[in-house]
Amino acid sequence: MANVTLRDVRKTYAGGFEAIKGIGFEVGDGQFCVLVGPSGCGKSTLLRMVAGLETITSGEIDIGGRIVNQIEPAERDIAMVFQNYALYPHMSVYNNMAYGLRNRRMPEPEIDTRVQEAARILELAAMLDRKPRQLSGGQRQRVAMGRAIVRQPKVFLFDEPLSNLDAKLRIAMRVEIRKLQRRLQTTAIYVTHDQLEAMTLADILVVMNGGQVEQIGNPLEIYQKPATTFVASFIGAPPMNLMPLRGDEIKAQFAGERRAASEAGILGIRPEDFVISSDSIAGGIALDLNVEAIERVGAETFIYGTRQHAIQGIAANPGELPPGEVIVRIPGADAPGIGERIRAIAPRGKLHLFSADGRQRIDL
Amino acid sequence: MVEHRPWNDIIAYAILTLGVFIVAFPVYLALIASTHDAGTVVGGNMPLSTGGHTLENYYRAVFVGGSRTAREPVGHLLLNSFISATGIAVGKIFISILSAYAVVYFRFPFRKAAFWIIFVTLMLPVEVRIYPTYKVVSDLHMLDTYAGLILPLIASATGTLLFRQFFMTIPDELLEASRIDGAGPFRFFWDTLLPLSVTTIAALFVIQFIYGWNQYLWPLLITTQDSMQTIVTGIKKMLTTTDELAEWQLAMATAVLAMVPPVAVVVFMQRLFVRGLVETEK
Repeated sequence: MANVTLRDVRKTYAGGFEAIKGIGFEVGDGQFCVLVGPSGCGKSTLLRMVAGLETITSGEIDIGGRIVNQIEPAERDIAMVFQNYALYPHMSVYNNMAYGLRNRRMPEPEIDTRVQEAARILELAAMLDRKPRQLSGGQRQRVAMGRAIVRQPKVFLFDEPLSNLDAKLRIAMRVEIRKLQRRLQTTAIYVTHDQLEAMTLADILVVMNGGQVEQIGNPLEIYQKPATTFVASFIGAPPMNLMPLRGDEIKAQFAGERRAASEAGILGIRPEDFVISSDSIAGGIALDLNVEAIERVGAETFIYGTRQHAIQGIAANPGELPPGEVIVRIPGADAPGIGERIRAIAPRGKLHLFSADGRQRIDL
Repeated sequence: MVEHRPWNDIIAYAILTLGVFIVAFPVYLALIASTHDAGTVVGGNMPLSTGGHTLENYYRAVFVGGSRTAREPVGHLLLNSFISATGIAVGKIFISILSAYAVVYFRFPFRKAAFWIIFVTLMLPVEVRIYPTYKVVSDLHMLDTYAGLILPLIASATGTLLFRQFFMTIPDELLEASRIDGAGPFRFFWDTLLPLSVTTIAALFVIQFIYGWNQYLWPLLITTQDSMQTIVTGIKKMLTTTDELAEWQLAMATAVLAMVPPVAVVVFMQRLFVRGLVETEK
């Protein structure tokens, strides 16, 4: 049981590439912290630095009150679950779990107790004599979890542990991981690029981009109040609709606000915050859309429309919508036909406003 | 397009049969010749069926040696060959697995240079460096010893290369998992790398055992006593006679015996590494 504290951690590779540009946050005892971000944002590097598999260029990493910068991975009292599980192919399931304990010269009866206990929790008891290649993907994943559990470490580190599983199993394992972590009360740091995993697992969510933290906080808070347009478009699927507005448009839309009126900005609306209606809405926003595509997924329907009076757009970043396109999410399967014109309205309280560079949220 | 015409098959099989015949006939002839007495073999009309001197010939070859020239019995030569071929194969595997481990898993100054130097030695087989090697071996007083037969031949770029390629296919996460599990460099090598390399080791053993067994020039050069000869050089010396009939029947028996251990190694080890290949999937 331990806190994990990062203080202004940086990583610069030999070639001069700065992968981590000064990150600091704290994960409390027993909390589940998720690092999320697009590929190449440095989230895995950061996790590997906590594990001790990458050196730390500057800053401090503190696990349970001990600065671990110069400490070998095995001495850090952590356990890691890898994306490809990294099971020892020539060892049985039992030995895979026992190996780390044997290296610590733990007495064999105690090893046996721990392995049996882990196997029971993970429902692996019938497979202890099998080799990893005789197991299915989900079972291998559980062995990798077992290897982490038997160590009874201060911190679990997960490096995209579910991305090699199929969609159904991924959801099931996601729930299992969360239950297990709750039960063991062990601090966990979990890396993923899947925002759904991030939202459902995290006590603390750390959204990363380009080696920096974009936002840290409770997942729901982040969802409801994204700090930047990056977070707004990364968290939530489909992404938030982002529309650049000129200063005068903002002035017209948000008349009477304390905000300086003439500055340009970016308006954000989540797809589910729209309602299709012919009314206009006081203080809210109404968009006239041409329906271009419909996606029915049963319980809900996504409408892809283009704005009729297109606001001149900025170029889209990956994961963002092309300028002019708006996604509207409505419950049920009743949807307008392609080519129809609809009006989507969103109430005032559901609007998000960001500075023109997208780096800052402006509270309305 | 794959066409199925009976003629194609017939032609293909005819060519294959011819190939097998070309390879196998001399071996068959050696086998036959080793069962006749000296007169029949030298007479010029080699029968194609076995003669009645099998046991006598093999007994003499293995335990007595040639009568006319005082030679070592083949049993002893076989032992010499076996010791040196095994020594060469084991030594090569030992050295090359360690050097590949160093080159792949350790960061040290001039690592690339070290690898390239090893690589370049591919172009320097024994035949090319034979004089300096001979000089070194004789200065170390290793002429006519097993060490002299084995040591100069165990450095192997091929083996290093093979292990290097194999190690590079092992995912880095396995090393990282080992580090987190508290395994140091030696434990990782012993507990993980070595068990995973078994099939590669078997393959290399087959190749290098045969390489060692078939050495001719080097043993010829550094052995002067008959008791240190290998079987391959021994066969040659059996046929070097001045004014007497060469004992072809004994030479053929020796040749047949010389074939047995490499064939046994191939058959036995091949089974091992085919099984390994079938079972391993990553």
